[in-house]
Amino acid sequence: MSKRIDVKDLNVYYGKFLAVEDVNINIEAKSVTAFIGPSGCGKSTFLRTLNRMHEVIPGARVEGEVLLDGDNLYGPGVDPVTVRSQIGMVFQRPNPFPTMSIRDNVLAGVKLNNQKMSKGEADVLVERSLQGANLWNEVKDRLAKPGSGLSGGQQQRLCIARAIAVEPQVILMDEPCSALDPISTLAIEDLINELKDQYTVVIVTHNMQQAARVSNKTAFFNIAGTGKPGRLIEYGDTHTMFSNPTQKATEDYVSGRFG
Amino acid sequence: MTTTSLTTSRGAGRAGDKVFSAATLAAGCLILAVLFGVALFLLIQAFPALVASPDEIQGGKGFFSYIWPIVIGTLIAAVIALVIATPVAIGVALFISHFAPRKLASGLGYVIDLLAAIPSVVYGAWGAAFLAKEISPAYNWLANNMGWLPIFQGPASATGKTILTAGIVLSVMILPIITSLSREIFLQTPKLHEEAALALGATRWEMIRMAVLPFGRPGVISAVMLGLGRALGETMAVALVLSSGALTASLIQSGNQTIAAEIALNFPEASGLKVNTLIAAGLVLFVITLGVNMIARWIISRHKEFSGAN
Amino acid sequence: MTATLTPVKKRSALTKGQLPKWAPYLVLGIALVLGAAILALIGFNALGWGLVSAIIFAIGLVGWSGAVEGSRRAKDKLATCLVVGAFLIALLPLFSVIWTVLVNGLPGLMDPGFLTTSMNGVTGAFDNKTVEEGAPVVGGIFHALIGTLLITVLATIISVPVGLLTAVYLVEYGNDRPLARAITFFVDVMTGIPSIVAGLFAAAFFFAVVGPGTKTGAVAAVALSVLMIPVVVRSSEEMLKIVPNELREAAYALGVRKWRTILKVVIPTAISGIASGVTLAIARVIGETAPILVTAGFATSINYNVFSGWMASLPTFIYTQILNPTSPSNPDPSSQRAWGAALVLIILVMVLNLGARLIARMFAPKTGR
Repeated sequence: MSKRIDVKDLNVYYGKFLAVEDVNINIEAKSVTAFIGPSGCGKSTFLRTLNRMHEVIPGARVEGEVLLDGDNLYGPGVDPVTVRSQIGMVFQRPNPFPTMSIRDNVLAGVKLNNQKMSKGEADVLVERSLQGANLWNEVKDRLAKPGSGLSGGQQQRLCIARAIAVEPQVILMDEPCSALDPISTLAIEDLINELKDQYTVVIVTHNMQQAARVSNKTAFFNIAGTGKPGRLIEYGDTHTMFSNPTQKATEDYVSGRFG
Repeated sequence: MTTTSLTTSRGAGRAGDKVFSAATLAAGCLILAVLFGVALFLLIQAFPALVASPDEIQGGKGFFSYIWPIVIGTLIAAVIALVIATPVAIGVALFISHFAPRKLASGLGYVIDLLAAIPSVVYGAWGAAFLAKEISPAYNWLANNMGWLPIFQGPASATGKTILTAGIVLSVMILPIITSLSREIFLQTPKLHEEAALALGATRWEMIRMAVLPFGRPGVISAVMLGLGRALGETMAVALVLSSGALTASLIQSGNQTIAAEIALNFPEASGLKVNTLIAAGLVLFVITLGVNMIARWIISRHKEFSGAN
Repeated sequence: MTATLTPVKKRSALTKGQLPKWAPYLVLGIALVLGAAILALIGFNALGWGLVSAIIFAIGLVGWSGAVEGSRRAKDKLATCLVVGAFLIALLPLFSVIWTVLVNGLPGLMDPGFLTTSMNGVTGAFDNKTVEEGAPVVGGIFHALIGTLLITVLATIISVPVGLLTAVYLVEYGNDRPLARAITFFVDVMTGIPSIVAGLFAAAFFFAVVGPGTKTGAVAAVALSVLMIPVVVRSSEEMLKIVPNELREAAYALGVRKWRTILKVVIPTAISGIASGVTLAIARVIGETAPILVTAGFATSINYNVFSGWMASLPTFIYTQILNPTSPSNPDPSSQRAWGAALVLIILVMVLNLGARLIARMFAPKTGR
């Protein structure tokens, strides 16, 4: 269960302001694709358009096409809710639901949509999802405890378990480690490595070493100046991008000359 | 996995979204309708009194000469309440925000909130049964020694049921409102300003004058205006405490009346045009308090732009 | 600062030119003695003693401070005296009200049957007998308690859905649209409607729609709703606003619809604050007198039907018992009943206020650690 994403001529606007201009990119199934670039270059904004989460922000809209295995996310009659149940998302800061236990957090996607599920099925799903997020052994004795009692890294893995419990095709991650310590970061990176066997993973990161460690392909976004739109500068194999980029800007960025 | 096309969606859920957002919108519009209805129905029911021939209105001289003495009475009572409550309320707010020990402050704030929780009819009963009796010797003293002032002209009421007593009871009732709003504002004073003043060697009072009061002034003014709005519309304290009568300048004789108390005392037994007259009086009160509240809100909103709080 | 430059040997340079620590206590002692002496001359009473002593204390301390420490410190002391004085003055009416209600209300409350009987059939003749022959005070507040509860419950049933849904609209759907801004503004305006005007509105509305002279518990409930809705909107709005946006995004990203997100994530997270806000709103309207006075009439017997017939309530019961005693020649039994009812009403309001705090604590999201 994994699908590829093809983006054609995508522009993102906030009201009248053009935030991201003319992006064309093909994201492979069952791989990890990293978006890197300086702050404000539109990589997080662009990521949000891949599961229509930008629509939560008032005034945000897009032009162009995003194809999930050929189906346009922005086609007529497409329900953003259906899109999001196929393309999950993990956020910058861990955000487990404070009113729910660890178990209920994992089942949140199922329960909140009011799908009926027997207790046996639910138990299987909870264990499978937490196993998939490398969290099962740490929390199996306290599934009824509130999720907010876990450490930051555990909370973030709980959020990943919550995302994979709805069995999506693609998982988007918006700087998932930026609020975590190095040990927790390592655990998440290991997890991303395992996730790509089953899912298409797209990750936005500030950390170039992280992009180099976890991703198969890397896309570099840049911005010409404040008030100008962000653009996709270069996209290719991670190894090539870091060792032998074709664009001057990419080389400057990956070698730490700016950003 | 299932390769569902993106266009197949659970229809029920989508309808749920529409129904729910429509329900919230309807609730919001209902509030607008209610407020519009308040104005509209008061107007409809007040209209007969406004166009009735003068001799049909109580007093026989038309609606205007019926309403203006009680408008003045309402203002007198509210002004007395403000004059007493404002300095005390600011003092209490400062005490809780800057003088009381930290640990005590929230508890003391709760004590003042208790004042706000006591129902108005209880204040009225207290004013009528306790305060009026206790305060009447003071009125005698005022009449004997300050009687040359029109507002303290004797003979003082023997029962103490005067507009001044009503004003004092009103001041007790609006005190917690002004206090709690002012306290909030004082607590929001930027710590940097306060510390800058203290670092210059200012005493606590100088720090308050330099940093806290200038910052809080618009907030305190609007708090006072909201208190004024409450004092204008308060019914029970006046209805139970004041032995009402014609408009008089002396505050320590019985006499005067407020709109709210006039309505409360007469509406239950009223019939015919008298009902319309009282509703028209209510409309006048509504317009006055609306004006006062709008000015208060305007001051607050203007302040918001300046404070840069967001 | 203002002190002389000659060093004082024994005390630290930092404390020179200051009043000693025990100065306020000394001044207080002197003020109390002097105050007692002055009051003894003109007739002693506790309030006057406190007042005169406080004035002497303030003058003494500020004067001494001015002489030793200079005018800046003296002003500071004066401001402190005034601020503390203001606080003490504010406490006076609070204690006086509670004391008056307790002293006058307890005898009424202790009467057997006070809470369980109504005023049905209780006439001035009974009260005259009580005063003249020492018969027990008859009659009670059961009908008023029932009326207060029914009217308040109905008002809550009307106000909470409307108020909560409006708050949801403002926070989740409004997006600062003109309509949302208009609603916010008019909710603010509504907060300032005098309670008697709310009563008149409900009366005028039902007079126009149902028929002149319509006075029932339901009309009173509508009047109370006009007062309650803005309070519920404001408090719920504040509570919904502090629910982190991240939680909404997390739910959306799981493919959860907006209305389910609001119902199952946002509102449960904010429920403690919303519940305590609603409780405070109930506490506020349960003591309202004026709107009920003009909408529900006065009843002396028990009426369980809010949709027909006049209905009593605790506040209007207090009001009528004081203003129009059952026996005009012997008002004491009526006033005893009124104070008893006032005590019950204050207890109700205090319980609701404490309840609001408990609810806020109980339902608060659990944080495991």
